[in-house]
Amino acid sequence: MADETSSTPSEQPTSAPRSEGFVPRTPRPAGGPGGARPAGGPGGGPGGRKFFRRKKVCKFCTEKIDAISYRDVRLLQGFVAERGKIVPRRLTGVCTTHQRRLSLAIKQSRNIALLAFAARF
Amino acid sequence: MSSRAYEIMFIVRPDVEEADLDKLIEGFSKNITDGGGVIRSTEKMGRRRLAYTVRKFNDGFYVLLTIDAEGGLITELERRLRVSEQVIKFITVRIDEEEKRLAKIKAHRDTHVKRSSLPQTPVAPAPVAAEPVAAAEPVTA
Repeated sequence: MADETSSTPSEQPTSAPRSEGFVPRTPRPAGGPGGARPAGGPGGGPGGRKFFRRKKVCKFCTEKIDAISYRDVRLLQGFVAERGKIVPRRLTGVCTTHQRRLSLAIKQSRNIALLAFAARF
Repeated sequence: MSSRAYEIMFIVRPDVEEADLDKLIEGFSKNITDGGGVIRSTEKMGRRRLAYTVRKFNDGFYVLLTIDAEGGLITELERRLRVSEQVIKFITVRIDEEEKRLAKIKAHRDTHVKRSSLPQTPVAPAPVAAEPVAAAEPVTA
């Protein structure tokens, strides 16, 4: 991709007077994906993967839950996998600050036998 | 030394009588008050199923004490909890820092109510502007 963009400006001076209407079109596709990619993933490349991934938001930030207590088993259960593992941030969308508090609460909750360390068989 | 706020949760084995449970809580409460602590609240959370087996028990009575005490008293109380035959598990959590943080957030929310609702309108056009670029991309390619 980088090679294409660098090669087009070098050709431009020679072919500039010949194709005036053609030149402005070439930089746009090169700049288009480059500009769109950091903005958000849903566009995808030419690979054909075009499913739309919703941006996850932190449950605690949006619902303004300040205190994550180890006593609130119902809340914590939502962030624990079936086997008892803490679900990673990249899957739940919880922000760093809240994930830190969440994991602390889950660990305290495990200590007092409100949550399981590992699922029973 | 200044007093700190703690939450002490402990599990009492399920085969004790209700009266014995009350007596046990009474005993711990007395220890706290005698040691210079203040009991904010005592809550019997009732019989609950344990998430895993503790000392061959699968359920137990959960009790929550919220107290103001000094560190030394907590050490003493934990020792008593450990020694006590009926108590099968306990956890002590310091909550005064958390309370301070929550009070701060609450105070901040009370003062900044209207400000949060205002910037929502300028934020909305940004995603709209970004979409045409994504939509135009397949056309050119």
